[in-house]
Amino acid sequence: MKIDNEMKLEFLSKSENESFARSVVAAFVAQLDPTIEEISEIKTSVSEAVTNSIIHGYEYKEGYIVINCRLIGRLVEVEVEDRGKGIEDIEQARQPLYTSKPELERSGMGFTVMETFMDEIMIISNKNNGTKILMRKIISN
Amino acid sequence: MQIIFESRNETLIIKLFGELDHHSSDYIRDKIDDEIDKKNFKKIVFDMGNLYFMDSSGIGVIIGRYKQITSKGGKLAIANLNPQIKRIYEICGLRKIIPNYATSEIAIERL
Repeated sequence: MKIDNEMKLEFLSKSENESFARSVVAAFVAQLDPTIEEISEIKTSVSEAVTNSIIHGYEYKEGYIVINCRLIGRLVEVEVEDRGKGIEDIEQARQPLYTSKPELERSGMGFTVMETFMDEIMIISNKNNGTKILMRKIISN
Repeated sequence: MQIIFESRNETLIIKLFGELDHHSSDYIRDKIDDEIDKKNFKKIVFDMGNLYFMDSSGIGVIIGRYKQITSKGGKLAIANLNPQIKRIYEICGLRKIIPNYATSEIAIERL
């Protein structure tokens, strides 16, 4: 399918950048004239994925997070990628309430939120080889 | 993120302004715990009326305070949720654990 528009954003894995990253994706998707709810769902999903890269992917180190966003008709594709430590057991990570970091007061609901708010999510990850979250959502007419 | 503390009827009211994500959760966690310890509050109400964004990190910091306060025999409620915040609250299953009220006045009464 033909990509109508595309953007790429790269930033340091600092928590200060979470808000900025959400806003950039929301601003880009705005051209499709989404509802307030749809924007909120995309922003929250991006927030979850970026937070995961910061806390889990890069843990106590710093690295770069790359967000790619593509618009194909009414379809929004968002990729959030890091070159961090990767996920060993993806199915376990996806389980609601599971967190590898209970000491950080994590709710373990990040993937559940993404799965609820987006139409589709794919997790591509290997130990020590980074993680890519691909999310898709169709914006209503 | 801005945070304002008030107290009424032996209840600590925590008013949050702005966005509650991982970054701001870290910022408010210690502030809230210090405030609770200062006067040994046993009842807490989170007033979310001025919060326009929350993700699951916000849920984490609220659950953390809930666990702490209930382990001391206390109670916690949240109030004034807008539709976006309410959805996260429900998706994360918080409805079964932490009561939510339309206003903080009602929350204070019911606690």
